[in-house]
Amino acid sequence: MQRLRGALTARQGVVLLILAVVTAFLISNVAANLQRRGLGVSFEFLARPAGFDVPFKLIEFSSRDSYGRAALAGLLNTILVSSLAVVTATILGFLLGTFMLSPNPLLRRSAFGVVETVKNTPQVLQLLFWYVLILNGLPSARESYRPFEGVFLNVRGLFLPSFQVTTADGQTWLASICLAVLLLALALIATWRAPQGVQKRASAALLVAAGGAALAFGRYSGATLSTSVPELRGFNFQGGVQIVPELIALWIGLAVYASSFIADLVRGAVLAVPRGQEEAGNALGLTHWQSLRLVRLPQALQIIVPPLVSQYLNITKSSTLGIAIAYPEIMTVVGGTTLNQTGHAIECMLVIMLLFIALNLAVSLVMNRYNRAIASRGAA
Amino acid sequence: MSDATGPPRPGLQDRLVDFGKALFGSPLNAAITLVMLLLFMAVVPAFYRWAVGLGVLWGPDRKACVEGGACWVFLRIRIYDLMYGSYPPNQIWRVNVAGALLVLLMLGAFLRFNPWRNAGVVLLALVYPILGLGLISGGFLGLPVVEARNWGGLMLNIVIAFIVVVGAVPLGLLLAEARRAKDGVLRTLATGFIELWRAAPLVTVLFMGIYILPLLLPPGFEPNKFASIATALVLFNSAYMAEAIRGGLQAIPAGQFQAADALGFNYLQARLLIIWPQALRMSVPSIVNTAIDLFKDTSLLVIVGLFDMLGAVQQAVKDPQWLGLAIEGYVFVAAVFFVICALLSVMSKSIERELDPARRNGR
Repeated sequence: MQRLRGALTARQGVVLLILAVVTAFLISNVAANLQRRGLGVSFEFLARPAGFDVPFKLIEFSSRDSYGRAALAGLLNTILVSSLAVVTATILGFLLGTFMLSPNPLLRRSAFGVVETVKNTPQVLQLLFWYVLILNGLPSARESYRPFEGVFLNVRGLFLPSFQVTTADGQTWLASICLAVLLLALALIATWRAPQGVQKRASAALLVAAGGAALAFGRYSGATLSTSVPELRGFNFQGGVQIVPELIALWIGLAVYASSFIADLVRGAVLAVPRGQEEAGNALGLTHWQSLRLVRLPQALQIIVPPLVSQYLNITKSSTLGIAIAYPEIMTVVGGTTLNQTGHAIECMLVIMLLFIALNLAVSLVMNRYNRAIASRGAA
Repeated sequence: MSDATGPPRPGLQDRLVDFGKALFGSPLNAAITLVMLLLFMAVVPAFYRWAVGLGVLWGPDRKACVEGGACWVFLRIRIYDLMYGSYPPNQIWRVNVAGALLVLLMLGAFLRFNPWRNAGVVLLALVYPILGLGLISGGFLGLPVVEARNWGGLMLNIVIAFIVVVGAVPLGLLLAEARRAKDGVLRTLATGFIELWRAAPLVTVLFMGIYILPLLLPPGFEPNKFASIATALVLFNSAYMAEAIRGGLQAIPAGQFQAADALGFNYLQARLLIIWPQALRMSVPSIVNTAIDLFKDTSLLVIVGLFDMLGAVQQAVKDPQWLGLAIEGYVFVAAVFFVICALLSVMSKSIERELDPARRNGR
C-alpha cells in the first residue's frame, strides 16, 4: 500500500505540473493579447452608465444607470421567464404524458405526434416560429383585443393594470419580497424532517411575519400604493405594465419544448411502475384515469423528480436563447449589448458563467440531499 | 410441432371491434374522440389548403404566389443558399460527393446484417473525416480552396455536426476514463471539467468560442470563426459524450478488467483491446442521442454569424422580394431537421434493440 501511494503521487505530480504549465501558457497569451488591444481585466466598467435602455424590466432602470444595474435587470428577466416556463412546462408535460398513456388511440397517437415533432426540431427554430406567429397574428395597438376592462392584447404586447409603489427607493419593496421568500425557504429547509403539520404551521407563521414586516417597513418609509391602468394615448399605451411579445414568445417556446421532454419522462416513469399495480387497480374497479391518478402516478413521481429537475436546469440555460429574439435576459444584456459596447469580453463571460455554475451547483446540492433522503427512507 | 402457441390471434373483425371500443367505449372516451376529431377537422384541412391547395411551387418570382397560400417558390429559387450557402456553384459536386459518401458509410456502419459493417465503422471514424473535409475545403490535387466562411446551409450543419462528433467522442472517452480513475487528482480535474461545460448554456459557449478563444492563443494567431466555434463545440460536447460513455464503461463487469490483468495486459492494451470496444458498443444509443441533440444545436450558429440552414432562411427573408415569408422558410427547415433527426432516432433504436433484444420497450 505504501509503495502504491508513492507511485500515485508521482503521477499526480506530473499531471499537476502539465496543468500548471498549460495554464501559465494560456494566461500569458491572454495577457499579451489584452495588452495588444489596450484592454485590462477589471470590473470597474460595471459602475459606468450603460447608455442603453432595457426594453422590459422588473426594476427601475434608465440609460443613465450603470452596467451593473443593467446586468441585474437582465438577471431578473432570466429568473422571470425561467420560472414561468418551468411552471407551464411541468403542467403541460404532465398533461401530455398522461395523454400518451391514454387507452384512446386518437388521443395517444396525437400526443405522440406532437411530442415527436417538438423533440425532433431545433429549439431556436420553434422559438422563432412562435415569435413570428405572435408578431403576425396580433393586431395593431389601435385594434387591440380587449378581453377584460383595462387589459389590452396587441402586437406590442399584453398590457395589464398594475400596482404602483410611489416611494423614494423602489428597492425596499424588492428587498422585502426577497426577504419574505428567503425566510420561507429557510423555514421549509429547517423543518424538512418535521411532520407535515409542524412544517405547514411554521412556514405559514414565518410568511405572515415576513409579509407583516414588509408592509410595516414599506409604510414606515413613506411608500404609498396605487393602481395604474393602461390607456392608449397617441400611438402607445401609458400606465400599467407591458408584457412584451418577446417575453410571451420565449415563455411559450421554452415551455412547449421542455414539456415534450417532460411528457416522455412522465410516460417512462409510469411505465416503469410494476404492471401489477395497474392490474390491481383494474381489479379493484378503478377506471384508467383513476388508477393513473391514485396508484401509478404517485409511485412514478419519485422516479420523475431527478430528471425533471435537470429539465428545469435545461429550461434556465435555454432562456439564453432570448438573444435570438432580443428578449433582455442576462445573456442579451451582458453577453450581447454590454460586451459589444465595452469590449470587456472576459469579464462579461465570467459574470454569466459564474451565474450558471452557481445555479448548477445549488441545484446539484439540493438534488443530492433529496436523493439521500429518498434512499434512507427506502423506495416508496 | 407448435400447434398450441397461445390464444388465437384476433382476426380483422375482432381488431376493428376493439378499435371501435377504444374510441367510443366509455362516455369519456367518446367525448375525447369527438374533441380530437373536431380539432383535426379545424386544423388539417386549413393547413392542407395553405400548404398544398393554394401553395405555389413553380413560378419565376413572388408574383406567382397566391394570397392565403404558401409561397414555396421562395424556397425553390433560394434552395441553393439553403443547401450550400455561398459555396461556389461550379464546385458543388465536391459537397455532393462528400455527402453521398457519408450516407453510404453510415449505412454500411449501422445497418444490421451487412458484411461491410466493421470496415464501415473504421472508415467512417478514421478515414472519412480527413477525406470528406479535404474534399470540401480543397487545396490539393488541383482542387481550388473554398474557405470555411463560404460554407453554409444544410451542408454547414452536417459538416459541423460531423466534426464535433468525431472530435468529442474520443475526448469524451478519455474524460470518462479520467473521471473513473483511481487517481484523485485526475478524477477531480475530469469531474470539474465535465460539470463546468454541462453548467454552461450553449449560447454562452458559442460566444466564448468567438470572444475568449482567440485571446487564449499566442498573439499573432488569428483563428477563423469556423475553427473557433468548432473547437468550443467539441469541448462542450465532449462533456456530454463523457457522461454518455461513462454509462457504457460502468456496465462492463469487473471480471473483464481482472481477466485482462490476469493475461498480463497493461493499462493501454486492456483498454484498447478489451474494454473500449465493449464500452463503446454499449454507449452507442446514448452517443447517438447526444449526436442528435448536437445536430439540432447547430441551428444556433446563426447567433454567431455562421449561416447554416436557419441562418440562410433568415437572410433570404430579408430580401425585399421575399419579405414576410418567414413561416414558409421555418416550416421547410423544421421538416428537414425532423426527417434527419427521426432517421437518426430510428437508427439509434435499431442499434439499441440489437444490443439487448430482450428489452421490452413499453407500450
